[in-house]
Amino acid sequence: MKLLNRSLAYLSLAFLLIIGVWSIVFYFNLKDEIRDSIDDGLDNNRILIINKIQSDSTLLFQQEFGGNNFKIRPLSKPSALQFTDIYKDTLMYRVNEDDLEPVRILHSAFEFRGRFYSLSVISSLVEEDDLVEDAFWSVVWLFVILIFTIAVVNNVVLRRVWNPFYDILNQLKAYRLSHENSTIDVSTNIKEFTELQKASNALIEHSKETYLSQKQFIENASHELQTPLAIIINKLELLLESDNLNNNDADVIAKVVGMAEKLSKLNKSLLLLAKIENKQFSKQELVCINSIAVEYKSNFQEFADFKEIQISIDESAKLEVKMDAFLAEMLVSNLIKNAMVHSTKGGTIHLRFTAEELIICNTASGVALNPKTMFNRFHKDAAKSDGTGLGLAICKVICESYGIDIGYNFSDNKHCFTVNFKNIVTGS
Amino acid sequence: MKILIIEDEKELRETLVESLEKELYVVETAATYDSADEKISIYDYDCILLDIMLPDGSGLNLLTKLKELGKSENVIIISAKNSLEDKVSGLGLGADDYLTKPFHIAELNARIKAVFRRKNLKGTNSIQIGNIALDLDERLFKVDDNIIHLNRKEFDILKYFLLNKNRLVRKTVLAEHVWGDNIDEADNFDFIYYQLKNLRKKLLESKATITIESIYGVGYKLVEV
Repeated sequence: MKLLNRSLAYLSLAFLLIIGVWSIVFYFNLKDEIRDSIDDGLDNNRILIINKIQSDSTLLFQQEFGGNNFKIRPLSKPSALQFTDIYKDTLMYRVNEDDLEPVRILHSAFEFRGRFYSLSVISSLVEEDDLVEDAFWSVVWLFVILIFTIAVVNNVVLRRVWNPFYDILNQLKAYRLSHENSTIDVSTNIKEFTELQKASNALIEHSKETYLSQKQFIENASHELQTPLAIIINKLELLLESDNLNNNDADVIAKVVGMAEKLSKLNKSLLLLAKIENKQFSKQELVCINSIAVEYKSNFQEFADFKEIQISIDESAKLEVKMDAFLAEMLVSNLIKNAMVHSTKGGTIHLRFTAEELIICNTASGVALNPKTMFNRFHKDAAKSDGTGLGLAICKVICESYGIDIGYNFSDNKHCFTVNFKNIVTGS
Repeated sequence: MKILIIEDEKELRETLVESLEKELYVVETAATYDSADEKISIYDYDCILLDIMLPDGSGLNLLTKLKELGKSENVIIISAKNSLEDKVSGLGLGADDYLTKPFHIAELNARIKAVFRRKNLKGTNSIQIGNIALDLDERLFKVDDNIIHLNRKEFDILKYFLLNKNRLVRKTVLAEHVWGDNIDEADNFDFIYYQLKNLRKKLLESKATITIESIYGVGYKLVEV
């Protein structure tokens, strides 16, 4: 939920509460005020009528309201003496409305020339249900207009006020450490936003330093490890060239060289992983996955022949993507190599292309891989211990860095890897 | 042939000297930027092996210096940095090749010979030993002027052996050179044996005066007979 809408929601709630309570209180106050003023009017009428009776005693025979607003009836002395003035709401039939309508009535008693009379004076009342309905709708309209106004003000004025914030946000989103971006620069004189900009730039500066020092470390680590490894390998290679070795010695030396080479490869692979994770391969090139696969198929041909593995490629679609060419090669070659190493003798490897996917299947020895651990670093098949155990981890990291999906399934005694390039596929 | 090795790591320097002297090159060394600077100003070399990261300066500056001096030495950068930027700037400054540490001695030999070949190109670009000739441009293999057909990989293997004549080429090194880095995890290199068997058969049948010997079961060596 956007900030604008959230504040609008809170305001609406507050308005609903305030206007609701206010209208109820206002309604009852208004009603009381109306009653008071009507009651005053009735009392005034009573005095006027009693005064008038002094001069016109025919009024004493007004026993029903008729067209007038009072009636007078004789009353016995004892009940007259106990009488107190009563104001009451009651209902009376109205001809024009053909309905019972609320009226205010005053019951009183008086003495005239030694005789006692009861006097009832009426006055029409405001129709309460109408009043409530009218008041309710006015309040609803007030509420709607208020909310609408605030929404408009929010969207027009506040949006403009928040513009620098969105500018900063967009620049932060587009920021890549591995690129030579300048710092965030949004012109605004609102204090909060300049603070935000300063803080973002400080953070960027800090990350950049960390990134650079990490990059430096990776390169230094590479340097420091590779040179001793180079010395070990080269010295042993020279030693192997001497004539007075016996076969056993040579074999041992060859094994040690092999291990040193493996160490060097491990080092290179780990550095590669770190570099991919650091997004140091950020070139965007048009890469044809099909051609890479075809190239590696021919490259692995002799090895495949030796293992009696049939490699077939189904190129029914051309898969062109936008990514770093080196990483694309890494991904495809690692998948083919993985299939090659884990295929059984006399098995098949089948590569299939769709417009978005590369599917590579190879004959398995009957057991599915564990999808939870297969992409982990140094996860190795116990029977095949020659690899570094980093091949699939590298594939996974490459896929993650482009937000593309790599999946595995096992069916029909075949390991199948599916890479979905949907996010970076080019053209149609 | 005179080669200068500019490398600060003593052990590596000595190993390279020992190996290159086996190829009968005259080898000189420099351990620091300053001594290297002095040597390239005074003497001429056929090839310079240059480490970029020197304790007292960047090897890349030496490349600029060579250019300023108007010298067209063949330079092969040997760097521990497998960094694309260094490679691009090094080659841009006139280096002929870029080799990442650790490298194999056989690989270095092949690169040095390739560099010499490019420089001393006279007429055809071919390697001739005994009664055989390998034409690198036309990719033809001839024994006594008869063309012997080799497939692509056999040609690459033979070329690598010829560039490393009389030197041990280990199976892993051969595989890496001919099939690329990505073959590294191919669980063993037995398949190379079959490739070599075919090649040896062709050499034998064509009565070539070279042969590929197996050394201690760890690699092979091409020798003249």
